[in-house]
Amino acid sequence: MSTIDTTGTAARRPFTGRRVRPGDLVLQGTAGLAALGAAVLLGLVVYKVVEGSRLALSTLCLGFLAHIGWDPVHSHFGAGSFLFGTAVTSIGALLLATPLALGIALFLTELAPSWIRAPVTALVETLAAIPSVVIGLWGIIVLGPLLRDHVMPALHSTLGFIPLFGTPNPSGLGLFTAIVVLTIMILPIIASISRELFLGVPPELKEAALGLGTTRWEMVRGVILPYTRGGVAAAMILGLGRAVGEAIAVAQVAGGIDNLVSWNLFNGGNTLAGKLALEFQSSTSNLETSGLFYLALILLVFSLVVNVFARSVVRRVARRQGLLVR
Amino acid sequence: MSAAELSALQRPSDRLRRRQAVNRGMELLAWLAAAAAVAILGVVVSSVAKRGASELNLDLLTKAPVPFAIGSVKQGLVNAFTGSLVIVGLATAMTLPVGILVAIYVNEFAPRRIRNGLGLVIDVLAGIPAIVVGIFVFGLVVLGHGQSALAGSFALAVLMLPFVARATIEVLALVPDSLREAALGLGAPRWRTTLGIVLPQTVGGIVTGGVLAVARVAGETAPLLFTSSVGVSNGADWNPLHALQTVPVAIFELSESDNTGDHARAWAAAFVLLMFILLTSLSARWLANRSRRKLARGVR
Repeated sequence: MSTIDTTGTAARRPFTGRRVRPGDLVLQGTAGLAALGAAVLLGLVVYKVVEGSRLALSTLCLGFLAHIGWDPVHSHFGAGSFLFGTAVTSIGALLLATPLALGIALFLTELAPSWIRAPVTALVETLAAIPSVVIGLWGIIVLGPLLRDHVMPALHSTLGFIPLFGTPNPSGLGLFTAIVVLTIMILPIIASISRELFLGVPPELKEAALGLGTTRWEMVRGVILPYTRGGVAAAMILGLGRAVGEAIAVAQVAGGIDNLVSWNLFNGGNTLAGKLALEFQSSTSNLETSGLFYLALILLVFSLVVNVFARSVVRRVARRQGLLVR
Repeated sequence: MSAAELSALQRPSDRLRRRQAVNRGMELLAWLAAAAAVAILGVVVSSVAKRGASELNLDLLTKAPVPFAIGSVKQGLVNAFTGSLVIVGLATAMTLPVGILVAIYVNEFAPRRIRNGLGLVIDVLAGIPAIVVGIFVFGLVVLGHGQSALAGSFALAVLMLPFVARATIEVLALVPDSLREAALGLGAPRWRTTLGIVLPQTVGGIVTGGVLAVARVAGETAPLLFTSSVGVSNGADWNPLHALQTVPVAIFELSESDNTGDHARAWAAAFVLLMFILLTSLSARWLANRSRRKLARGVR
């Protein structure tokens, strides 16, 4: 306070356009703090998972990723069979779900009579709302026996020369059942994103193709699919991320077999997330707990990569279509 | 030109006929794909309804489970229902204010670059698998303080936060700038413009976002396995400092059992859970469509 205002002009100072009001500061401060909290939360998740897996990272190193087997008695731990199970189930589910989802999206945007569109869209999104534990329960008791009695023997007898379709196992639970369950779970995700992408294709492009005499399918193949290629790839990646991270339903239907790497899809197996769901409470040693944190770290890193990539693709698509980018 | 030549010209060529056949085949496949999705939903819901509704009775909601029951003891899952109420209620109470504040900051205050960064943070948070969130809370809280409903609800809150924030950002962005400019032009400070003018326009959207988030986490099992599942009491317990049983964890545990009586209770609980989730998410969607239409029509 080097100068003291004696003239009282401060009270009648002309409006300068920027007055700091305490209320603004309070609201901006609290909201900013909450936003900072969200960022800190993300950092904390990464930090805690890394911290928990430090013991396993230092003792088991990268060999953990290749070693097959989970043996608490001799403290031999490895993620090999879980990585295999995760890769097989999620890629299998992606291969089954993508064509179905694209078909649904094309049906909803190009083919369906207008009175069906809204209800079918709502039904497909309802499928995404079913909790994974309910789908898993249905998978154990209804789907597993159904696949065991009808689908697996048929696949084995017709396509048995492919090693993927070996001898069915008597429980009906295994990687194949997990693939079917995961397909059901990621189908609505890929379908609803693709539907929005297809709705964003400019009608003049579609009309130009149809005006040149293409059939509807040729228009889809020549205009819609190339135009939305990047976005569909992002939708598939998001579906893959969901399939890889799904723990409960897979733990229920994959059979929970830890030490097996077999190309026969009808055998039991386990995934990274399924192993975590089944074993976390029964962990007996610090090293085993830390090894489970290591599995979680693999899942976390994968989900970070998937989401950053998908987001960058979606933003690029949105910018090209001149939509609001936020 | 003879009549024969004319009709030959009018007949579609083989090539065109083939193209049309391919087109029809592809259209049929798209119809079948949509029918398959609807059929899957129908099969899952109807088998839960068929098996669950017949097992549904008042005992399920009022009686406690009896461990190692012999014969037909009347038992229910009252502890799971009260536990779910406590945990989901606490998670909602934790998430809603924080999620709304995050959205206000992102949409009303943040400079462009910070807004993009926070959008990324929200997307990445939403993408973390539920099981990893459970393990994070296990490492953060449970290793030091043991399991509790509070730890479980914190795990659910981490899952809900990005949903609530994203839904609120979306409705805030729908509020026309002319409304903000009018309020600021009348001399209202920014905080009153935001809280008194902008936010009330979005109440409908925030409520539907919150209800959808509740419907989503009410069925979550993975984050609760490590945070609120061990040492649960069998009776109704409302104390958030105890580890409480929840409906999804109860279904998970009963589904792993070999006992058909356990399966029956799992189906009944799954039926109640599924009906709750379907009713809440469908009504939220209906509300969302209504309020969006109202916002799009312009401000009353």
